[in-house]
Amino acid sequence: MNYKTENIKTLTISESIKLDCGKIIKDFPLAYETYGTLNKNKNNAILVFHALTGDQFASGINPITKKEGWWSTLIGANKAIDTNKYFVICANVLGGCMGTLGPKEIDKETNKPYGLNFPVITIRDMVKAQGVLLDHFKIEKLLCALGGSLGGMQLLQFCASFPDRTHSAIPIACSSSNSAQNIALNELARQSIMADPNWNKGAYGETKNSPKNGLAVARMAGHISYLSASGLQEKFGRKLQEKADYEFSFDANFQIESYLRHQGYSFVERFDANSYLYITRAMDYFDLSRQFKNGLSEAFKNQKTKFLVVSFSSDWLYPTKHSKDIVIALNSSGANVAFAEIKTDKGHDSFLVKEIKFLKTIKNFIDSIYEKFKV
Amino acid sequence: MKIEFKIIADLLPKNSRVLDIGCGDGILMKLLSDEKNIDVRGLELNEENVETCISKGLSVIEGDAETELGQFPDKSFDYVILSQTLQAFYNPVSVLEHLLRIGKSSIVSIPNFGYWKVRTNLLLFGKMPETKSFPYKWYNTPNLHMCTIEDFYQLCNEKKINMEKIIGVNNDKTSSINNKNIKFKNFFSEIGIFLIS
Repeated sequence: MNYKTENIKTLTISESIKLDCGKIIKDFPLAYETYGTLNKNKNNAILVFHALTGDQFASGINPITKKEGWWSTLIGANKAIDTNKYFVICANVLGGCMGTLGPKEIDKETNKPYGLNFPVITIRDMVKAQGVLLDHFKIEKLLCALGGSLGGMQLLQFCASFPDRTHSAIPIACSSSNSAQNIALNELARQSIMADPNWNKGAYGETKNSPKNGLAVARMAGHISYLSASGLQEKFGRKLQEKADYEFSFDANFQIESYLRHQGYSFVERFDANSYLYITRAMDYFDLSRQFKNGLSEAFKNQKTKFLVVSFSSDWLYPTKHSKDIVIALNSSGANVAFAEIKTDKGHDSFLVKEIKFLKTIKNFIDSIYEKFKV
Repeated sequence: MKIEFKIIADLLPKNSRVLDIGCGDGILMKLLSDEKNIDVRGLELNEENVETCISKGLSVIEGDAETELGQFPDKSFDYVILSQTLQAFYNPVSVLEHLLRIGKSSIVSIPNFGYWKVRTNLLLFGKMPETKSFPYKWYNTPNLHMCTIEDFYQLCNEKKINMEKIIGVNNDKTSSINNKNIKFKNFFSEIGIFLIS
């Protein structure tokens, strides 16, 4: 996972940021990418928050992996979020591994990679850093901010932390707090990484090995949770992998096994195992209602932001119920909220694939906001 | 544009806060927002209608009014509108109670089952009425609890609901309904519009 840093834009955040865990960080890099052009009035800016395994390369070709950006279905020239018209910003989260300060970076005090000496970060910490990025661009108010999954959770935190910093917000397939099932699945992933002998209590950065097997298994478990039972059945069923019959072995006999192995082992080339631990931890700790005395509705008090909450009918990781709870909280605080459940069998991953109804809804919503607020 | 929507728009003051329950594809919402600068929200069950509304920039929540009105706090809107939908609920009285709880006032319109064309349909032909307001066959109608203007008037009296204004609509003509002319208006109105609180 070595890459040339000249492909990565970074902002050095010189001010001190006090993290929720109590530690203070400063003079650290926040990696970001932008698409399109910020107009003179600075009213066409859209901030995108990435999910657990995403990065700042939301659109175009990712210069590190050489693959399409993770949200290329949605963002790009003439796409639903048209970069001929809008200026899109996406930053790598704090604790990530694509250029922003994270556990694989060198700790200046010890001259070794942080590993588990990296402070445990929260979603609020991630969002604080991204607020600084907006200051850097001198963007007072975004046209829209959006994100799915962890990205949606960052967005909810962003709206609570900066109530007047975006005209509109689209939290997608997310929750205002991780459920027991969410935490359980994250713990499964973490235990898998930690069970790999190469993990070495997080200090593998000092050795030549990394816990690839553990991370691959974590990714496989994740992948199952991103798809729906019917989606999996339709795509793979019991089809065998380039075989006429069972092999009576433990090699990948079924296509689904082969698919999972491919997903798992291609992932380890681009992702840091400790980052996986830290980011899933941040998701588990997320409970927006905990930050306010009167619960979630207080988090959205005095919001002028226009919300569009989106869920997917076959998402069992962050099911519609989670989104509806957000809608209820927004409603009870008098916020302006729309809500749509997209009917699809593509599961939690629906926001990342070419789901026409979803893309159309996002496009029309953002375009209508732009028509209202462009001056 | 349905004349009913124009009447409802006329009943509402500028800059008020309105919730439109069963807002359909948002025609009334758009009218209220564009012409009266009303801060209007909608609740709609049909997925395609919700998409249409969101595309127009309208704040509509996909959901079932039968079960999801509880999320709106007491008196959180100046007016709650329920346009020709009351008869489609399993429990119209409970929905009505929510309306009166959420809104300072409410506007309920009902397709009038007491309209003379509806009555004569059944009386003369012996078949379930099919009219402009009741365009369905008996087997595919979403309407579960049809009522007449007089029935609804009676219900409001029983529940001690204050009826500020009742308007009858017939062939694009409107008229005011009161306790003296209700028998007559119940016969000649296709739709009844009630402003209640």
